Amino acid sequence: MAKITYIEFNGKEHVVDVKNGLSVMEGAVKNNIPGIDADCGGACACATCHVYVEPEWLAKTGSRSAMEESMLDFAENVESNSRLSCQIKVSDELNGLVVRMPESQH
Amino acid sequence: MSNAGVVIVGAGHAGGTAAAQLRQYGYGGPITIVGDEPVAPYQRPPLSKAWLKGEADAEALMLRPVSFYAEHGIELILDIKATAIDRAAKAVVLSDGRRLSYEQLILATGSRARPLPVPGADLAGVLFLRSAADAEVLKAALGPGKRLVVVGGGYIGLEAAASARALGADVVVLEREDRILARVAAGALPTFFQRYHEAKGVRFELNARTVRFVGEHGKLTGVELEGGRVLPCDEVLVGVGNIPNDELARDAGLACEGGIVVDLEGRTSDPAIFAIGDVTHRPLPLYDRTFRLESVANALEQAKQAAAAIAGAPPPPHEVTWNWSDQYDLKLQMAGIAFDADALVVRGDPAAAKFAVFHLKGPRVQAVEAVNAPAEFMGGRLLIGSQKPVDRAKLADPAVSMKEVAAS
Repeated sequence: MAKITYIEFNGKEHVVDVKNGLSVMEGAVKNNIPGIDADCGGACACATCHVYVEPEWLAKTGSRSAMEESMLDFAENVESNSRLSCQIKVSDELNGLVVRMPESQH
Repeated sequence: MSNAGVVIVGAGHAGGTAAAQLRQYGYGGPITIVGDEPVAPYQRPPLSKAWLKGEADAEALMLRPVSFYAEHGIELILDIKATAIDRAAKAVVLSDGRRLSYEQLILATGSRARPLPVPGADLAGVLFLRSAADAEVLKAALGPGKRLVVVGGGYIGLEAAASARALGADVVVLEREDRILARVAAGALPTFFQRYHEAKGVRFELNARTVRFVGEHGKLTGVELEGGRVLPCDEVLVGVGNIPNDELARDAGLACEGGIVVDLEGRTSDPAIFAIGDVTHRPLPLYDRTFRLESVANALEQAKQAAAAIAGAPPPPHEVTWNWSDQYDLKLQMAGIAFDADALVVRGDPAAAKFAVFHLKGPRVQAVEAVNAPAEFMGGRLLIGSQKPVDRAKLADPAVSMKEVAAS
């Protein structure tokens, strides 16, 4: 279990508990947090679950896969801390994680 | 019970998403979802993919946790059919006799698997793959040594074939055309997928017309092809397309044309009634025509459009339609539709299982099908949306990055 803070583009914060094994994307969708669309349900096929990982968490959330890298390459407003949240698996390690959302997923 | 507000008929991907989006857009009125399956809205795409292979559990399929609906004031009425719409009274009649009044009605009734009109279609062992219940039956029937015949070489059939191979079953795919993916793709793609499946042990019979399902004591034992040859098998999966569930709308006098006719917001010919997802026949402004799409992306786009219109939120941007298919270690991503295409450009190497097929109309990209090539998919989708003319030589040259092609 990890407590994750999702911050919408407008600054609104959502703090929720997410079970281990789910993805950071699933944690948002299951709690109806706006700003993460996840159209493909986590198949790394759509790039609509883009988030910015707070810099201090980048080491623990791991690195982008080649697939994810290519998808992000075409997303809007990509930064060095951009990730597809369907590709970040939740574990106890990520307790306290903070992610921010881009202005739009499309 | 009489609740007005928004009533959503259909508890699939489209219906469930519309309810959640209404709340996200700040809609405060009552929301009721009526579904004829006994379960809360779930995702269908994994049924032929990860779920069938045992890589995703029932909870992972759920669109939202079951508790979500009560927490957001969304009433779920499950295992109940909507049998009629009383447009004059703005009410929906349910199979248990209840009437639900509505201010706005959203029809998200989806589509159903097209049956194969041949003798023996009612034998035990003739299966379809549309619902979670269908998938349970198919999964239970597959395993090492089991013989599965798939009728129809479309995406559902091929995904099921790949998953069945992963479970150890023998698989034969029957396709009545001279190539697989006949209705949905062209160019290098069908040949590539056939060879890939063959390398994994799937057999194909092209130009194969199924004339009869053969059985004993009510249980399937084989599939008879035109010419009399019988392929013995334990189960057959029929994957020959879908039919829109538009009867409710037609009976209510809404305009239908192979699906419920809607505008870009999902509004039907009755301004109080919206329709979204597989059941709709919708405008496709990029292609200057109307069409019925069957995809999650379409269901989500229309769910958002209708929810925004009802909640009074600004309309979300329109999207280039897209879809995906997972087979073995292949990820196929598709965007657009190859309407009026007059040329194909292949980028990358099919032999390396990393390539994309672009369908062009003059200098413009109409559609892209990308195998393990996410940059081509993403770049192609941008180009389809922008309708910017593209340099064919650059597009065909993998040494030129897709970013550069899309920007040129």
